[in-house]
Amino acid sequence: MNKPTVLEVRNLTRRFGGLVAVNNISFDVHEHEVVGLIGPNGSGKTTTMNLISGALPPSSGEIWLGDTCISRLPARRIARSGVARTFQLVRMLPSLSILENVKAGAVFGHQQLWGSELDHHARRLLERVGVMHDPDAPTSSLTYIDQKRVELARALASNPRVLLLDEWLAGLNPTELQQGIELIADLRDEGRTILLVEHVMDAIRSLCDRCVVMSSGSKISEGGTEDVLSDAAVIEAYLGKDDE
Amino acid sequence: MKQQELIRLVLVALVFGLLALLPLIPANDRLMALAVPIAMYAVLATSWSLFSGPTHYISLATAAFYGVGAYTLANGLEVFSYPLLLLMAALLGGGLAALVGMTTLRLSGVYFVIFTLGLAELIRQLVTWYQNNFTGSRGSYVFTDITEAQIYWQLLGLLALVFLLGWLINRSRLGFAIRIIGNDELVARHSGINTARTKVLLFILSGAFAAVVGAVMAPRFVYVEPSMAFSPQLSFMVVVMALLGGVHRLWGPLLGVVPFAIVWELIAANFPGQTVLFMGLAFLVVVYFIPQGVAGVLEQQLHKIRQRRGG
Repeated sequence: MNKPTVLEVRNLTRRFGGLVAVNNISFDVHEHEVVGLIGPNGSGKTTTMNLISGALPPSSGEIWLGDTCISRLPARRIARSGVARTFQLVRMLPSLSILENVKAGAVFGHQQLWGSELDHHARRLLERVGVMHDPDAPTSSLTYIDQKRVELARALASNPRVLLLDEWLAGLNPTELQQGIELIADLRDEGRTILLVEHVMDAIRSLCDRCVVMSSGSKISEGGTEDVLSDAAVIEAYLGKDDE
Repeated sequence: MKQQELIRLVLVALVFGLLALLPLIPANDRLMALAVPIAMYAVLATSWSLFSGPTHYISLATAAFYGVGAYTLANGLEVFSYPLLLLMAALLGGGLAALVGMTTLRLSGVYFVIFTLGLAELIRQLVTWYQNNFTGSRGSYVFTDITEAQIYWQLLGLLALVFLLGWLINRSRLGFAIRIIGNDELVARHSGINTARTKVLLFILSGAFAAVVGAVMAPRFVYVEPSMAFSPQLSFMVVVMALLGGVHRLWGPLLGVVPFAIVWELIAANFPGQTVLFMGLAFLVVVYFIPQGVAGVLEQQLHKIRQRRGG
């Protein structure tokens, strides 16, 4: 419990015109911890991820990465300080080879490699995330889960201090989902610090140490995963909004 | 791999050496009249592709840089030495590109295209206005003893320089960054790439080359006037040739420049009114049939042949 705080979100707010997408959110992510950011659709989870990674500037509030305040920095400098992310809809670099897609994460970011070191690093990461494909082939020859794996390898390539996974498990079939959960569990055991947005309950239960629950832009609950999932307010938010 | 690169380098040097001998052929007037524009467009299209190829930002500013270069030479000839003027043209062209790049490269593609087209026109009007009001003449005379052959050699040298730079960039972090940006700017930013700086750097490079080409070509005009120096047709020609050849390879634009320039000259000689029609047709061919250019088609065919041999 006394692990140092890596990511600190303080009173974070983002407005789009009259809509408050993220309303005064605060939470911490500690070292080696996997934190789930959960909540019904449209509750502001992805916006929060975009604020942390710098895709959007916050309207107010602060985000600290260790001793650096990153909430006013452009995305590239946030990446260099050690925040890496994947995207809700997988984003490949289609004219680059599979290997180059991974290399893209390790040249300009938190870790900056080049030459044979870069090559070795990228090949090892592809192996690490379980892509057995020819690394020099185009990404269009990959299956969906392998594209997700390549994107994950690209994010890992910078050796980030915090890894943001935005619905990384979405759209996978049951077998792939199992493999995906195992892969993220491996990353956790490696000691990675991860903040993940997820809808898949199995994944949340088996992966997250703690959860932050959002609803309509506000934080409605935070704590150990099991406690949070049995919280009356959380159940109401989910069942009230989702007709599933 | 190393040896293969060395062989390639020797071959390229050999080709450039042979091309440099062209002006030595006796009674070569017609040949040179074709070789100079080809060399000129080769430099313009290849340097244009350094930036526009990977980023897909279609720049129509070539004429603006070219004109700035031509005017630098025309106005400075009395005062400065020729090599210094080429350097000044490069600096002015690069400076203008930096200015334009910093203000417009944050814009999305379409706005960038329109702005660059307007830029050449804007500068042309400014120069015309200035000359009408302050110098009393529409253009400037350029009297030098620079021969056609010397212009050709300079262009050939520039082309070699563009290729060398392009090759170095492709192997560098800068080249990798611009390829990532061309694929997905969002991913580029989130990978730590300074997208604005990368784009501006390459835009400066292509602007500087276009300006030097303008300066080198100015003595050939003898009389430099705004409508010639800042002709929008030049910008379009460069775009069509580069896209026709294929911008995803350093040598791609060459494959567009050579056939296009030859056909252009033939049409200009026989049906002078129909050159624009030809340019339009070439545009359509590129868009509908060979979006990857001649280079793309060649690579596809080579790939097929190799596969057939392989199995």
